[in-house]
Amino acid sequence: MSASIDLPGFADPVTEAQATFRAVLDAMARPGTIHRAGQHLAAPAPLDGATAAVLLTLVDHETPLWLDAEAAPARDWLAFHCGAVLVPEPDTACFAVALSLPDLARFSAGSHEAPEVSATVVLQVPALASGTRYRLSGPGLREPEELSVTGLPPWFITQWQQNRTLFPRGLDVILCAGTMLAALPRSVSIEEG
Amino acid sequence: MKGYNFAYLDEQTKRMIRRALLKAVAIPGHQVPFGSREMPLPYGWGTGGIQVTASVLGRSDVLKVIDQGADDTTNAVSIRRFFARTAGVRTTTHTSEATVIQTRHRIPETTLRDDQIIVYQVPQPEPLFRLEPSRIETRRMHALADYGLMHVKLYEDVARFGQISISYDYPVLVNQRYLMSPSPIPAFDNPKMHLMPALQLFGAGREKRIYAIPPWTEVRSLDFEDHPFRPIRAPHPCGLCGATDSYLDEVVIDDKGGRLFVCSDTDHCAERRAAGHVGSEGLREAAE
Amino acid sequence: MAYVAVKGGEQAIDHAHAWLAEERRGDTAIPELSLAQIDGQLGRSVDRAMGEGSLYDRELAALAVKQAQGDLIEAAFLLRAYRTTLPRFAHSSPVDTSDMRIRRRISAVFKDLPGGQVLGPTYDYTHRLLDLELAHDSGGATPKCHDPMTAMPRVPDILRREGLMEPDGDGATEPGDLTRQPLAFPASRDVRLQALARGDEGFLLALGYSTQRGYGGTHPFAGEIRMGEVAVEIEPPELGFAIDIGDILVTECQMVNQFKGSKTVPPQFTRGYGLVFGFSERKAMAMALVDRAMRAEELGEEVTAPAQTVEFVLYHADNIEATGFVEHLKLPHYVDFQSELENVRRMRREHETSPPPAGGGLGEGAVRTLVNR
Ligand SMILES: [Zn+2]
Repeated sequence: MSASIDLPGFADPVTEAQATFRAVLDAMARPGTIHRAGQHLAAPAPLDGATAAVLLTLVDHETPLWLDAEAAPARDWLAFHCGAVLVPEPDTACFAVALSLPDLARFSAGSHEAPEVSATVVLQVPALASGTRYRLSGPGLREPEELSVTGLPPWFITQWQQNRTLFPRGLDVILCAGTMLAALPRSVSIEEG
Repeated sequence: MKGYNFAYLDEQTKRMIRRALLKAVAIPGHQVPFGSREMPLPYGWGTGGIQVTASVLGRSDVLKVIDQGADDTTNAVSIRRFFARTAGVRTTTHTSEATVIQTRHRIPETTLRDDQIIVYQVPQPEPLFRLEPSRIETRRMHALADYGLMHVKLYEDVARFGQISISYDYPVLVNQRYLMSPSPIPAFDNPKMHLMPALQLFGAGREKRIYAIPPWTEVRSLDFEDHPFRPIRAPHPCGLCGATDSYLDEVVIDDKGGRLFVCSDTDHCAERRAAGHVGSEGLREAAE
Repeated sequence: MAYVAVKGGEQAIDHAHAWLAEERRGDTAIPELSLAQIDGQLGRSVDRAMGEGSLYDRELAALAVKQAQGDLIEAAFLLRAYRTTLPRFAHSSPVDTSDMRIRRRISAVFKDLPGGQVLGPTYDYTHRLLDLELAHDSGGATPKCHDPMTAMPRVPDILRREGLMEPDGDGATEPGDLTRQPLAFPASRDVRLQALARGDEGFLLALGYSTQRGYGGTHPFAGEIRMGEVAVEIEPPELGFAIDIGDILVTECQMVNQFKGSKTVPPQFTRGYGLVFGFSERKAMAMALVDRAMRAEELGEEVTAPAQTVEFVLYHADNIEATGFVEHLKLPHYVDFQSELENVRRMRREHETSPPPAGGGLGEGAVRTLVNR
């Protein structure tokens, strides 16, 4: 099913993982801002550079990983390079990789005592910085900011509002496209802009 | 350093800490448990802050380490050396030059920018611990946002002393949800946390907790309408640079009650003096 | 005299390190200790450093004891800090203490039993008189042959045959690891035992002692204490069978405690368990007492005493954490103290102009703030 296991991971794992982490950290701290990642990575199809870099940086044998059907061809590469343990059901996953918006209610949102035990969904979209405009507000943003995303379905807003009502429980989403990424922590409010 | 990974921690440990940091940022003010490692420095010496810094730091970062506001305090020197040795990063004493600032007990006077990260060393992350020592209980209180115990304590303070008697590690409410310990910074520094442009990360190694405040996040020091929060500083100008708005150290200069008040933030004071500001001590010397 | 801010932290540290090294070595006219000497002649120190340092390596532990000038908590700390940097290759199978090569084995609950009572190298019946002969080079006694004895049945196993002893756990679940995952509650027994095995001997001793004096009594009998070598085995998945990777010296204590039974469980004996690296009998016994005390809730007993309070015991047993936090008070705290000074001054000023509404005197209250905070 996939020969992508032959593709290498990070050429310099320490430096590239650190740079990718800082991009994700900055993205999570400032929702909707766009950062670069995975520019030097030969990502396995169908994953983009940013998606693959985020996974190499954050996923390992301690974090069960769920892939949607479209992301499944990257399975062997992820198992080999991240040591990822793949799980068949989304509700036990720490990380999820999806190429189209999954039903967010299927993932763990954590508990009131441990809201951090919730999934992070790495959602690969066709493009960032173009497409539908969303208006973001919340911690990390001085004033409401705009983020444009191509490829999110109209029901995304409803799904997100649902997620938002769970706070402090809830999912966090990392959007990836090409070598760009942006993050949507559960604390952010999103309206169509 | 030979035999050790960049910034000392192995990559597996960094990943674990990085995951905790991301969740901490996503849930402002919530204490995220993490698998704190045993560091080659003792617990209480900043092992939490060091682990956070080690997980964040890259080769191009410029690191500043302060303790009590000063770069030259022994523990700050020791931690700065640790990273110079294990990560080979550039270090600085200038707040404005630093990309990552690790601190114990102070926030620099210079307003931090949005391209900076401040890492606080935290001895006791649980703001309720003096009122309820069981972490099983306090965890439940945070889950329910049940902070009645703290309000009662503050109310009793007002009833007894006519004011809130906390002068450091003054509890804050983050993003209108989580009660949080700002670490033992003086209450004077609390307002700097509110809507700070820089990302604030907190590491408690012994207690194995990480928490965070994203930039531009509301951080309110608990108070009452008729007893508003009042940051305290010694009512003097800095003896060296004349600053009237900085936090001051009180230095005992003789055994006859002589005192000199000087900026606790040594970099801030030095920069002011370099810019030509002179305090009473400087004027006295010039006159001599 | 002009005020000059204190500088030279860097130099001060270097100087302190140099002085420490000099002091550690002491008079160079006296021969330096070798690691073999420390391991051979201060073996109990090595044992304790290994136990609390959570790392079985006699040579490294001897080095830690030497480097720490005999300060055993410092030595354990050195081992812990080294331990965290080591990669993990495998997990061992549980050691089988029934297959121990016995150096010492005693039971307080049977007069005699298969294998017999084996005193081994114990201080128990020594008269604690300083042996002035030892002050001089004794030359050493001619070593006699002490063949370790093999495979003796364990007392709880003997009791279990009659159904009088609670069964062992099935060991089916993967044990927790405090050094990877932070403590969470309720803490399972495997995690509690790990914390106790790493815990401070003095702390466990005091807590175990407190249970004997009525703070959470457990009616303990020293069912068996055994000390000797056990094999450590790992089972690499690619091999499919266990391989022996070496022997370690351990001390095991199984306390036998009365249990009156419950609605579902008939009256039987329960156990407190202690297992420690090296010859560390005092710690193994204290550990077993505290382990049993912490099972109070599980066994439907009232939780009233410190030793029964799992959270209290586990959060305070680790001497590396404890020594760090107690000793960190010597780091500068002058910023916070300054804020307290100003706070008290301000409160006194305001007290003079307008005393607080009602209740306690402010002077007293101001002191309270300083003391409590
Ligand atoms: Zn000044």
